[in-house]
Amino acid sequence: MTSVAEAAVGRVERRLLDGELGLDAHLARHGRLPLLDGSQIIGMARDSGLTGRGGAGFPVWRKLSAVAEAGDGSAVVVANGAEGEPASGKDRALLAYQPNLVLDGLQLVAAATKARAAHLYAPKAALAPLRALLEARRVAGLDRMSVTLQAAPDAFVSGEESAVVSALNGRGAVPADKRIRVIQAGVGGSPTLVQNVETLAHLALIARYGAGWFLSAGTADEPGTFLATISGAVRRPGVVEAGYGVPLGELIAAVGGATMRLQAVLIGGYHGGWVPADPALPVSRQALEPYGASPGAGVLVALPAGACGLGETARIAGYLADQVAGQCGPCINGLPRMAATLADLAARRPRAGLAAEAERLARLVSGRGACHHPDGTARLVLSAMRMFQADVAAHLNGRCLATEGYR
Amino acid sequence: MKLHVDWTACDGRGVCTELLEEMLVEDDWGFPVARDGQRSPAVPPPLEGAAKQAVDRCPMLALKLIAR
Repeated sequence: MTSVAEAAVGRVERRLLDGELGLDAHLARHGRLPLLDGSQIIGMARDSGLTGRGGAGFPVWRKLSAVAEAGDGSAVVVANGAEGEPASGKDRALLAYQPNLVLDGLQLVAAATKARAAHLYAPKAALAPLRALLEARRVAGLDRMSVTLQAAPDAFVSGEESAVVSALNGRGAVPADKRIRVIQAGVGGSPTLVQNVETLAHLALIARYGAGWFLSAGTADEPGTFLATISGAVRRPGVVEAGYGVPLGELIAAVGGATMRLQAVLIGGYHGGWVPADPALPVSRQALEPYGASPGAGVLVALPAGACGLGETARIAGYLADQVAGQCGPCINGLPRMAATLADLAARRPRAGLAAEAERLARLVSGRGACHHPDGTARLVLSAMRMFQADVAAHLNGRCLATEGYR
Repeated sequence: MKLHVDWTACDGRGVCTELLEEMLVEDDWGFPVARDGQRSPAVPPPLEGAAKQAVDRCPMLALKLIAR
């Protein structure tokens, strides 16, 4: 592994998650949003280098300017808090503890795109408290654009951009073909901006404290903080905030440390990749790329020594196969077959070509769906085959190194 | 020009893999897969006619030609 010590500058710190509950506390701490016009908002998004926190990491200012241009006054903006990933809890935490930052951010993107409508899309349980808050904000004269709440179904793909648009158009929350992008024609046929709720909350802070302040966290290439949801073999599973580039060990320490020795960590969630449990490994796009992983939406799962990585991956692959939306042939057929193949490998039911078959199926489904569900599932499987290579060989011989304590 | 499959519409009827066998093969379940492994494979100029025919004859209207 390359030396990473010089690259890591991110630290655990609270920006989004700091502060007391409630609108009064929010206003006392941060004040009202400054009045900014569209080009100022897009400019500060560009200067800050803010990227989407839903997983894809696309530059926010580019999406904003594309929708502003295509919309010409008819655009629709959506705050996306669907968070279908079971191992992720950061959007739920943010909506529960700092919803005003999200709602401020939604007003900013509405102004930047000169939108005609704004929606907040999140699980039903998250919406009830927001109704009263939106009323309090209306009374306080905070929101120029009224916000409609839309319940997100509890499904893995329900937060995918085109699935969000489909749900708002009154159809099922399933992904659509990407030949026409939602930034061109989305909700009601209008150019539509879908932005993760954490992204919007960052924008609300940038509007108050400036791009330079935002850039003071994270790395030069990947500025700012991100919310991480950490689970698995850690003492206090939950949500923490840190600058990009934070060493993996500091993130684990922030949730009370590992409960036992760790052998690997899944980063980027169920569509992510396995990385070694190296405390010095920076959690950044650049440092994780060699492992085929990325911070994604900040989901980390710590795998203890003694647990079988192939077994855990097979469990997740089985879940992902169950979460297929049922529209695209290669995904409908390929994911269950891939999951079953991995399950055979995990359960040490060897047959000729089993490992090669899992890899072939992963490559076969990649890029062949309306959304990235097959690609993400394939990425997870391929990463497990690499990270647990020694156990792949052992399993084909009826052994399991992890559970036998060989490591 | 590139080929684009709308996977939400494709039913794996196999018309395109027959008309464009230079570019497409069937996967394990009869759905088209590009021989070059690309998501949207580029159509070589000599195959443009066959590609247009495949697009026109797709019973599910799932196959498209796109510029990018």
